[in-house]
Amino acid sequence: MLDKLKKKIDEIFAQSPSPEAVKKAIAEGQVWKSIFRHGYPDTPRNRVMAVLSNVFLHLHPVKARHSGVKMSYTWCMGGLSFFLFLNLTVTGILLMFYYRPTAEYAYYDIVALREHVPLGIMREIHRWGAHAMVIAVWLHMFRVFMTGSYKPPREFNWVIGVILLVITLLLSFTGYLLPWDQLAMWAITVGTNMARATPFMGYEGPGASMIQIGGVHLVNGGSDIHFALLGGHFVSEATLIRFYVLHCVVVPIVAATLMAIHFWRVRKDGGISGPL
Amino acid sequence: MHYILDAIDFVLQPWSYFLFSVIAFWAMIKYREKWTEPAFAVKLLWGAIGAIVFSMVYSVHFREIASLPDNVPIFLMVFSVGFFTWLSFRQGVLNDRRIAQGQPPIEKETSDKKVYVWPDLVYIEFIATVVAGVVLLIWSLCLHAPLEQAATPAWTPNPSKAPWYFLGLQEMLVYYDPWLAGVVFPTLIIVGLMAIPYIDKNPKGAGYYTFNERKLAIIPFLFGFFILWVTLIFLGTFMRGPGWNFFGPYENWDLHKVVVLNNVNLSEYIWVRILGIGLPSNFLLREIWGFLAVGFYLIGLPPLLTKKIPLLQELLEKMGVVRYGILIFLFLSMAALPIKMVLRWLINLKYIVAIPEIFFNI
Repeated sequence: MLDKLKKKIDEIFAQSPSPEAVKKAIAEGQVWKSIFRHGYPDTPRNRVMAVLSNVFLHLHPVKARHSGVKMSYTWCMGGLSFFLFLNLTVTGILLMFYYRPTAEYAYYDIVALREHVPLGIMREIHRWGAHAMVIAVWLHMFRVFMTGSYKPPREFNWVIGVILLVITLLLSFTGYLLPWDQLAMWAITVGTNMARATPFMGYEGPGASMIQIGGVHLVNGGSDIHFALLGGHFVSEATLIRFYVLHCVVVPIVAATLMAIHFWRVRKDGGISGPL
Repeated sequence: MHYILDAIDFVLQPWSYFLFSVIAFWAMIKYREKWTEPAFAVKLLWGAIGAIVFSMVYSVHFREIASLPDNVPIFLMVFSVGFFTWLSFRQGVLNDRRIAQGQPPIEKETSDKKVYVWPDLVYIEFIATVVAGVVLLIWSLCLHAPLEQAATPAWTPNPSKAPWYFLGLQEMLVYYDPWLAGVVFPTLIIVGLMAIPYIDKNPKGAGYYTFNERKLAIIPFLFGFFILWVTLIFLGTFMRGPGWNFFGPYENWDLHKVVVLNNVNLSEYIWVRILGIGLPSNFLLREIWGFLAVGFYLIGLPPLLTKKIPLLQELLEKMGVVRYGILIFLFLSMAALPIKMVLRWLINLKYIVAIPEIFFNI
C-alpha cells in the first residue's frame, strides 16, 4: 500500500514540470503579461519599461545622475518623509476605526485601543512616526540648503517645500490634541493661546481694539481668530472635532496635493540637483 | 560627583547657555577642517554619548526627563542633526580643498554619468524603506505611546509645554509678547525661508556640498537653525520647569522657586531713572524713546550699516535695492531675538515699547 503510494508520488514528480518551466509558464501567461508589460528588468529596455509602465515608479525619471542617487548626497530624507507620510496615513486610517472624536469617548477609546486591541501598536507607530517625520522634514530641508539645491531653476520648489514643512508641523500639532489627555489639552492650550495675540485679528493683539463701530468692538473674545480656531473660548469638545477634521481630512488633502506638485516639479526642474 | 553636577547647574544660566552655544557655533565654523576629520568626529560622538550617560547615571532628575517617551525625539534630533551636520561639513571641506586646487567637486565626477533608476535608485529606496519600517516597528514595540490622565480644564499642569518642536517659539515668549513671539516672528521665519532662493543670488555652490563658496548663506541659516531653533528646543525640554523658570539640567524642579522679577521698561529707565521727571500720562509721549529706538533699528540702522561695512555695500550693488532691503529686514528681525535676550540679561529690560493699553509691547 505504502509502496504503491510512494511510487505514485514519484510518478507525479517525474511528470511535473521543472521550476524554471513553471516560472516561464507564469511569466508568459496572459495574467502576468496583462499586469507587467515587460520582462525581468535586467536589460536596458526592460529597465526603462519597468519605470515607465508602473504608475508608482513613474514618479521617477528613467535615468538619474549618478551623483544624485547616492545616499551621502541626498541622505534619503525626502523619500523617508514621504514614506513616513504614507505610514501615518495607513496607521491613521486604522486608528479612525477605533476612535470617536467626542469629549465623552475620545480618551476611553484610546485606553481601549491600548487595553483590548490585539497587537494594537498602530498608535505607537503613528506617534513615533509623526515625531520622526518632523525631524526627517527638517533634515531634508537642511540637506537641500547645504547642497544649494534651491538655486535656479528650483526656487519655487523650495517655496513649496517650506509650505510642506509648515503643513507637517500643522499635521503634528492638530494630531496632538486627539488623545484628549492632559498633555494633549494643555499643549494645545499653550499653542493656540498665541492666536489671541494676532495683530488685528485676535482680541489681545495690537490694533484689535481699534476695529470698532460706534464704540462696539468687532474683535472680541467671542469673535476673534482664537475663537474660530477653538470653536469656543478654551479647548473643549468643539475644538476636538475641529482638530479631528483638520487632522484627518483638510491638512492631509493639502499635504498630498502639495506633495504631488513638489515631486512633479523635482522632475520638471531637472531632477535631483547636481553640479553643472 | 554632586559637586560636578552642582557646578554645572550653577554655571548654566540662560545667558551662559546662549553664550556657550554661540561659542560652539563659532568653533564649528572656524575649526571645520579639524572636527570634520572622522577620527576627531568619533571622539566628539563619544563625548556626547558620555555626557548623556554620565547625566543619566548620576542625576535622577535628568534621567526622569530624558526617559520620557515623548523626549526620545529630542535625542533623535540632537544626534541626527549632529551626524548630518558632520556629513555635510565633511563633504563641504573635502570639496573646498579640491576647489582650492582647481579641481571640480567630488559630485562632478559622477554627475555626468546617468544610471538607470531601476535598479540603482529603486533598490536604495527599497532598502531605506525596509530599514525605516523595521526601526519604526521596533521603536513602537519597545516604547508605549504615553497617555496621561483624561483631559480636564480643572487642573493645569505646571509647566505646560507646547509640543517639543514649538519649544523654540515658547522660549521666545520669555523675551517677546505673544503677538511677536507667537505670530509675527513665526510668520517671518516662514516668509524668510521662502525668500532664501530669491535673496541668495550667488550662482556658485548649486548641487554640491561646499562651505567656502557660500559662507554668507550658510552661516546665517545655520545660526538660525542651530542657535535659535535646535538649542532652544533642548533648553525648553531640559531647563524650563514650573512657572517656566530656568533650572539647571540636574536641578530639581522646585515648584516654589522664587525668581526676582525686576524687569524694567525702557520708558521708565529714561523718564524716571535718567530724567527723573516721572512717566508722562500720554502713552505715545511716554513711549517716544522706544519708538525712536525701534524706528532707528528698522529704518536708520540699515543705511548706516550699509555705509560702514564694505561687504554690505558690495551686496547692495549686486542685489539691487529691493532684494537688499528685504535681506536686511529679515536679518534685523532674526537678530532682534538675541538682542532682546542680551538686553534682558544685561539691564533687565522688559519692554522697549510698552503700551499694554492696546496690547502693543515690543
